[in-house]
Amino acid sequence: MSTSEAPLLEVAGLTKHFPGPRSLLRRRVGAVRAVDGIDLTVEAGESIGLVGESGCGKSTTGRLITRLLEPSGGTIRYRGQDITHASRRELAPIRAQIQMVFQDPYSSLNPRHTIGGILRAPLDVNNIDPPGGRRERVRELLDTVGLNPEHYNRFPHEFSGGQRQRIGIARALAAGPKLIVADEPVSALDVSIQAQVINLLADLRRDLGIAFVFIAHDLAVVRHFCDRVVVMYLGRVVESAERGALYEDAHHPYTHALLSAVPGAVGPGGGRRERIRLTGDVPSPINPPSGCHFRTRCHKARDVCATTVPPLTALAGDPGHRVACHFPSPAETLASVRG
Amino acid sequence: MTSPLLAVRDLRVRFATEGGVVKAVDGVSFDVERGRTLGIVGESGSGKSVTNLTLLGLHNPARTTVEGSAVLDGTELVGASERTLRDLRGQRVSMVFQDPLTALSPYYTVGAQIVETYRRHTGAGRREALDRAIEMLDRVGIPQAARRAREYPHLFSGGMRQRAMIAMALVCEPDLLIADEPTTALDVTVQAQILDLLGELQAQLGTAIILVTHDLGVVADVADEVLVMYAGRAVELGPATRVLETPKHPYTRGLLASVPRLSDPLDRPLRPVPGAPPSLLAPPPGCAFHPRCDQVIAGPGSPCRTRAPVLVGVGDSGHEAACHLEAGAGAAGVGSAERERERAQVPDAREGGKNP
Repeated sequence: MSTSEAPLLEVAGLTKHFPGPRSLLRRRVGAVRAVDGIDLTVEAGESIGLVGESGCGKSTTGRLITRLLEPSGGTIRYRGQDITHASRRELAPIRAQIQMVFQDPYSSLNPRHTIGGILRAPLDVNNIDPPGGRRERVRELLDTVGLNPEHYNRFPHEFSGGQRQRIGIARALAAGPKLIVADEPVSALDVSIQAQVINLLADLRRDLGIAFVFIAHDLAVVRHFCDRVVVMYLGRVVESAERGALYEDAHHPYTHALLSAVPGAVGPGGGRRERIRLTGDVPSPINPPSGCHFRTRCHKARDVCATTVPPLTALAGDPGHRVACHFPSPAETLASVRG
Repeated sequence: MTSPLLAVRDLRVRFATEGGVVKAVDGVSFDVERGRTLGIVGESGSGKSVTNLTLLGLHNPARTTVEGSAVLDGTELVGASERTLRDLRGQRVSMVFQDPLTALSPYYTVGAQIVETYRRHTGAGRREALDRAIEMLDRVGIPQAARRAREYPHLFSGGMRQRAMIAMALVCEPDLLIADEPTTALDVTVQAQILDLLGELQAQLGTAIILVTHDLGVVADVADEVLVMYAGRAVELGPATRVLETPKHPYTRGLLASVPRLSDPLDRPLRPVPGAPPSLLAPPPGCAFHPRCDQVIAGPGSPCRTRAPVLVGVGDSGHEAACHLEAGAGAAGVGSAERERERAQVPDAREGGKNP
């Protein structure tokens, strides 16, 4: 339908370096390379999952896309328009179209504002005048996310965690976004409530055609919700694929380790997934390992891994499945390698 | 048929709060056998943590009433003196918490904290205790244990802190380890390391473990028996495979259906449990789960709305569920539970509001 060929969101070589700690002489030593050159494309209506351990840069990526953080390098294009360093004024019309849902439904709602006020704000800020008025639109939004429209004048503390997250979602919907960045939207919720919120997001995606960048550490939730999955490690993308390919036919040793670490995991074919245990912790992003960042915890590491950064390359049989590893292989052969 | 290591019978815990009396635990019974792992599953407010804190006397006695019985290898824990409990804690029963940074003191080195525990219970000398502490740190997989023992907790990563906590908990080789959400704050790869470690140490030392968690996958991986709690009561109890594969209580079934798993078909819809857990200030009458249950027995005088169900055997091998559908309509009433209900306070209006 769109006349332009550009994807909804196109991220190329995106980096974000935070200033490092000060040394004794008050000089900055190094920088935290939170996001270290990632490429990402999101088509309209698509849902992309960003997964990885804490410190891998997935949340920073989300905040860069929404321009809550200023990128250090690379480009972010929204519908072909470069917004990498766009000014507040230039961003204003785009902010309405890229919205965010936060992890913590307690700290992300202002306790002094009513629900009506919170949901009206995006309409006021963006000068949106829906037919029937802003107040009516807020009532519609409450209804859309499964809350009682009569709760217009209540305050956030009067709601449970699951209900607050629904309010956060309603706020993201208010300005009519094309893309929602959801950063761990269900991980603060109780198990029986998580599914309610995931189903709500899935309904919105289907009914309103909103694209999602879904940031989560829970691999099973991402598998359920996303079309494509991007696995990050220490600020870089190590593997990205359609969800079927990623979960059944992962090629990066880190993805194998992540999948086998999921409790209660069952591998392809229904058997118990081969356990691959990573030793140690994620290295410091201030001084990451040379070459492949994962090599210090990888059982396949050879000399080349320390000297050369593996490029993210497409697999021969599946151009949509890209892996950044010098020795990519499916999990079966991996199990025999493991000592 | 020896007696279990820990036998908890009809445990009741009530807190006095500004809003009224909270019945955090309302008549829970279970056994823990030597060398076995009991998983306690529930959502926030289900009473799973409170049950364990009160066993060790780690509650505020001024605001808490504990009734019932919990016998650890012949010693009654409920109502035991602080002196008795202090001798038990760390030696016979230890605890590992969710957040090791708040559980470890920031002012003492990791080694000193383990040394203190060991010397308190064994009367060992400083040198001997330090050697023992280093040995334990090494055993839980902390590299360069002798050096790390002289460091403070803030220098440890999350996974390493949890290892240090486990070293401290097991330094006296207790009979029972209570692990309250020990891996919830950790990444999955580190979680897998810690769960493996607990399993290895359990095999070596014969420690029984109570693992409190909200994660059904963790339970499936490590628990021998499972206790499912809801609103302060036990709703299902039995061997882990039975409870997880053939759940009998609608709440257990609901939990399992609402969690996505890697083994699911790609497009299995999630079926959430509707509504939210009730306020413990004013739990619903009858079965606390009935307002969210899709199998409520209809009609006036329905037992679901009037009588709290008790655990009854379903099938063999010690599988029990507290549901009127399993018990049949003629199950005996539960007098004491209903007597306490009269103390329930006025419903909290906002919790009773619409919550689709």
